[in-house]
Amino acid sequence: MSSHSNAKHKERMTLADEIEELTGINPLKCYQCGKCSAGCPVRIFMKVSPNKVVRLVQLGLDDEALKSETIWMCAGCLTCSTRCPQNFDLAKFMDALKEIAIKKGVITRKDILKFHKAFLKQIEANGKAFEFGLIRDYKLATFNLFQDMDIAPEMFFKGKIKLFPHKIKNRDAIKKIFDKANKE
Amino acid sequence: MDIGYYPGCSLTGTAKEYDQSIRRVFSELGINLVELDDWSCCGATSAHATNHLLSVALPARNLSLAKKQGLKEIFIPCAACYNRFVVAKYEMEKNPGLKKRVEEMIEEKADTDIGIVNMVEMFQRIDKELILAKRQKELKGFKVAAYYGCLLVRPNSITQFDDAEMPTSMEEIIKLTGAEPVDWNFKVECCGASHSITNMNVVLTLSKRIIDDAAENGAEAIIVACPMCHSNLDMRQRNISKQDSQHKNMPILYLSELIGLSLGLDKESLGLGLHFTDTEPVLSRFSTAIVAKE
Repeated sequence: MSSHSNAKHKERMTLADEIEELTGINPLKCYQCGKCSAGCPVRIFMKVSPNKVVRLVQLGLDDEALKSETIWMCAGCLTCSTRCPQNFDLAKFMDALKEIAIKKGVITRKDILKFHKAFLKQIEANGKAFEFGLIRDYKLATFNLFQDMDIAPEMFFKGKIKLFPHKIKNRDAIKKIFDKANKE
Repeated sequence: MDIGYYPGCSLTGTAKEYDQSIRRVFSELGINLVELDDWSCCGATSAHATNHLLSVALPARNLSLAKKQGLKEIFIPCAACYNRFVVAKYEMEKNPGLKKRVEEMIEEKADTDIGIVNMVEMFQRIDKELILAKRQKELKGFKVAAYYGCLLVRPNSITQFDDAEMPTSMEEIIKLTGAEPVDWNFKVECCGASHSITNMNVVLTLSKRIIDDAAENGAEAIIVACPMCHSNLDMRQRNISKQDSQHKNMPILYLSELIGLSLGLDKESLGLGLHFTDTEPVLSRFSTAIVAKE
């Protein structure tokens, strides 16, 4: 891990190396049987199948892998990771690709990243999720203003959405965790 | 019996009926839930999809809180939180370097000895005879589909719970109420999870398939143990019926609500009025079906 902060070393790294450093998964382990894509519930919504994203990384086509919408469409259901005959944790591999894509600023689905950021912003500030703030920030960030306008009032009257966040006591601890995680 | 309790964020908001029914049912069954003091979010999908360290450190903070508060086990009813906790524990156990970095982040010793218990496991621990003795209604002839979704059973090498492809443990609990679990195909299929807002079409397609398969196999309700599954199948069913005029409403009940019904608890205390898809067809069926006590 001492090489982690070495910028020069990082420049020479391939995407496959970076994934291995981040997750311990060697992308060459996959022998392309396609079982992951066969069972993937979101495959029908993807242009590039999950096993093909692994292939792109194996071939050193790093940009194509990072730019594929597939990494953002993965629902994290773990069906692939469970069924893989090589014990290749593909869901974790997809998460690593997103994390690297974010660091490199290559974001194919900006709306999905904005959702995650809006969610995490509430955790960082309050220590807990806060749906009203999440939806407000997400809508403002994506201009997707009218989705779920029919459900929102009912959520409110059922007491499922509150107008003010519940804050935990030790918010300093959470702030420190976020600061350190973002520094890496 | 005392056990630590981590409700998770959903159970304080969108899934408050899950929390309500759990507290009510376990108090009835003599279990004392000790809520983890000052618990914080597990990070959910948004953490693990964007920052691996964060996704391990957020559950780790709660694990070390549990240790300090003298809890040996925590019951985590949300399948998504449950999964984040067991994965974080597993990763820290397997990777001492990661554990050390997490300890620097949380400024505490990271604890991997705390036991994590999911919703189905909680009911498995309770003496079957006690549930049967406390039962006020036999939900006889009530056909239900036990839906596990993704995160209770996968990845099985880490959760070590039931079977990843063909789990049956929830059915065993359901049978205690007299209800009849149906044989169906979609018990471990994904509902679309966190795509509910960003890719609603994905959720509507996947959730509709799940509901349709349950209906085709004779289920009158789907039983869940995850607030995310519930919100996609229950709340998003509104959007599904808007797209498909033939769609017939399928009530979606939490496992704790089903047990609560059989214990004779009323609609209000179980929060059954807080669903988006009407639960009245279930309630009216069992309003008078009191079990004959010998």
